[in-house]
Amino acid sequence: MYIYDEFDQAMVDARVAEFRDQVDRRLAGKLSEDQFKPLRLMNGLYLQLHAYMLRVAVPYGTLNSAQMRLLGDIADKYDRGYGHFTTRQNIQYNWIRLEDAPDILADLARVGMHAIQTSGNCIRNTTSDHFAGAAADEVVDPRPYAELIRQWSSFHPEFSYLPRKFKMAVIASQRDRAAMRLHDIGIRLVRNSAGELGGEFYVGGGMGRTPMIAPLIRDFVPIDQFITYAEACLRVYNRHGRRDNKYKARIKILVHELGAEEYARQVEEEFAHLLTLGIEPPARELERIAAQFAPPPFASGLPDTIDRSDPAFALWAARNLQPHKAPGYTALTISLKPTGGIPGDASADQIRLMADLAERYSFDELRVTHAQNIVLPHVRKADLPALWRELVDAGLGSPNLDLAGDIIACPGLDYCSLANARSIPVAQQIGERLAGKEQDIGELKLKISGCINACGHHHAGHIGILGVDKKGVENYQLLLGGSEAEDVSLGKITGPGFDEAGVVDAVEKVTDLYLARREDGERFLDTYRRIGVEPFKEVLYG
Amino acid sequence: MADLIRLRDDEAVDHPAVTVDSFLEQPDANAVRIEPGDDARALLPHLAQIALVEINFPVFGDGRGYSAARILREAGYVGELRAVGDVLIDQLAPMRRCGFDAFEPDRPLDPVAVDAVLARFPAAYQPAADGAAPIWALRHG
Amino acid sequence: MRILTGNDLKAGAVVWWTGYDWSRHVEDAADVGDQADAIAAREEAARRVNAPYAIEATRDAGGTPRPAHIKDRIRALGPTVRPDLTLKPADPAVGNWVI
Repeated sequence: MYIYDEFDQAMVDARVAEFRDQVDRRLAGKLSEDQFKPLRLMNGLYLQLHAYMLRVAVPYGTLNSAQMRLLGDIADKYDRGYGHFTTRQNIQYNWIRLEDAPDILADLARVGMHAIQTSGNCIRNTTSDHFAGAAADEVVDPRPYAELIRQWSSFHPEFSYLPRKFKMAVIASQRDRAAMRLHDIGIRLVRNSAGELGGEFYVGGGMGRTPMIAPLIRDFVPIDQFITYAEACLRVYNRHGRRDNKYKARIKILVHELGAEEYARQVEEEFAHLLTLGIEPPARELERIAAQFAPPPFASGLPDTIDRSDPAFALWAARNLQPHKAPGYTALTISLKPTGGIPGDASADQIRLMADLAERYSFDELRVTHAQNIVLPHVRKADLPALWRELVDAGLGSPNLDLAGDIIACPGLDYCSLANARSIPVAQQIGERLAGKEQDIGELKLKISGCINACGHHHAGHIGILGVDKKGVENYQLLLGGSEAEDVSLGKITGPGFDEAGVVDAVEKVTDLYLARREDGERFLDTYRRIGVEPFKEVLYG
Repeated sequence: MADLIRLRDDEAVDHPAVTVDSFLEQPDANAVRIEPGDDARALLPHLAQIALVEINFPVFGDGRGYSAARILREAGYVGELRAVGDVLIDQLAPMRRCGFDAFEPDRPLDPVAVDAVLARFPAAYQPAADGAAPIWALRHG
Repeated sequence: MRILTGNDLKAGAVVWWTGYDWSRHVEDAADVGDQADAIAAREEAARRVNAPYAIEATRDAGGTPRPAHIKDRIRALGPTVRPDLTLKPADPAVGNWVI
């Protein structure tokens, strides 16, 4: 877990003071809203449907208990008693007063947190594998590299007014649990044949109105040059990314229009130049950071078995646990998707309880997942039954990780000023409709966005739903066949859209078809890929 | 020139800057103005004779000028680098880090506030064009 | 009718122009006719409102203004998925008003 030193603290404190001054100038009329807007956005503050919304960064999704507890306290003190965990591993508060925002940032700074660059046309919070440091299949813990990116990208003077927002992800396994290739830059850490560490750089992925899977731009950037290479990627984008049309301004359009090869060539040219400037942090800085992510003191000789005699517990344990690199331990996912609930929402009390559980059972650590759940990464298997009972008592025991009820949904028209349709009520109804079948259906990634900006990742859902505005009435398009994982693909629209009740029926029809047609061991996505879209269209429209 | 803020002591160039295109046609001027979209690298063969480069920001949100500035400084340009146009007070600090040492904003800025924003951050995480040692260098001596 | 809405600058709360002041309740919204731009400019300059804009609305049977678009009806009410956080927390079916 990275802990701020005096330099980090001084930078974040300066940022709080700067934003306090900016808010004062706005309230005093010295800044217009047009001038203030990019400044507040770079501090995570939006004006949403009902109030200001504050997005707090959870760097690469990692938190300690004190930080998590503070997130719960902020929900009580400054908001309306809850927070919303997002697909970028952050948390949002929906009812913030502009006057309070500097005080909230000051509270966050006291536990080493901030809202820096959680919006705006700059480099956003870098995301990572939520099982980093625990996963049995990782080459290395990717978080030190993500932290190096966090520092490099924070207040980067050249890249604060990019053509458009910029999102990066770093992973270190063949399994992709971070939608890596749907980012502006996705980095997979790998070892080459000589055993040296480096990064595969995928550039120009993204969702939104023009979804693209990032092409591989370079298959091995040596680890002692990867910040320099990222700087080259960004400079080419800042200079040549389109600024004439907001909808064509993301780097994916530049890479697409230039072609991946030509973009890569320009990056190589810039990279060769930047290498001469000595901008790469030295190895000892990486070592300093990596030392803070050293594995916790795992006990040895622990029993590696789980008592599954309670069937309800056994069901949960079968779904919500992940193999851990240390024998006797597991990484467990706390589902924030109770049937009929609001995906990703947690009350202040639940947030504080999860902080307590992390303190008692998981070496003080938590993770936020891009699927809007919470992970306790290092739990003794022997502690699971007791821990599970506490989760169940708090409404956090849903045994539905990666099942139909584990739906990703953006806030939609209930909260978001950009939305065209509500997402949450659709998620709630689908969850209720499929609750009795979800264990039978098995892995099913359902993702719902309330507008074309795709914050709910609908392009990458095995089943995706896109809310649109059809002459002032909410309407929902259905997509099938997307995946954000290592088998990445973009979903395809099945045909004409549905009303709210109709899209819930439609999801049931396609899952029923899957149940009828699946072969041994096939997930929904596998069956879809085998039989194609036509049989699904037939049950939907035939 | 009343609203010109300069962070350097030499005499300011007092004649208008020419466009990049006209400079390249006839490279005899010593003051050039870069618009967004102009390639700053086109000036690199001529840096020794240039005393003033103005980089225009027609709208504050167009950040191409930050890259243009760094590119010139990285190539060894030591003359005045002036940000002109829609230059807002909260942009002065990042602009200075990219190598700007003069500002001529459309709307005049309060000098006291200018001093405050330029002194705001105690250090910087990354090297840029202002010569400041990055935090990783301060950490490791 | 045409009504004017925005957010309170300091608090962020949704507000509606009543003819002489801002109210949290769409029931209080006045018909601004062709004065929307002038009122918006004046009120924004006075920093009493942020991001004001005018919308079309009808009057329902009881005379209450009803914004023409669902987005503004949700703004007027609150999130339909959290009736307890809307302006009418005692009415569990309140979400039906927006549809």
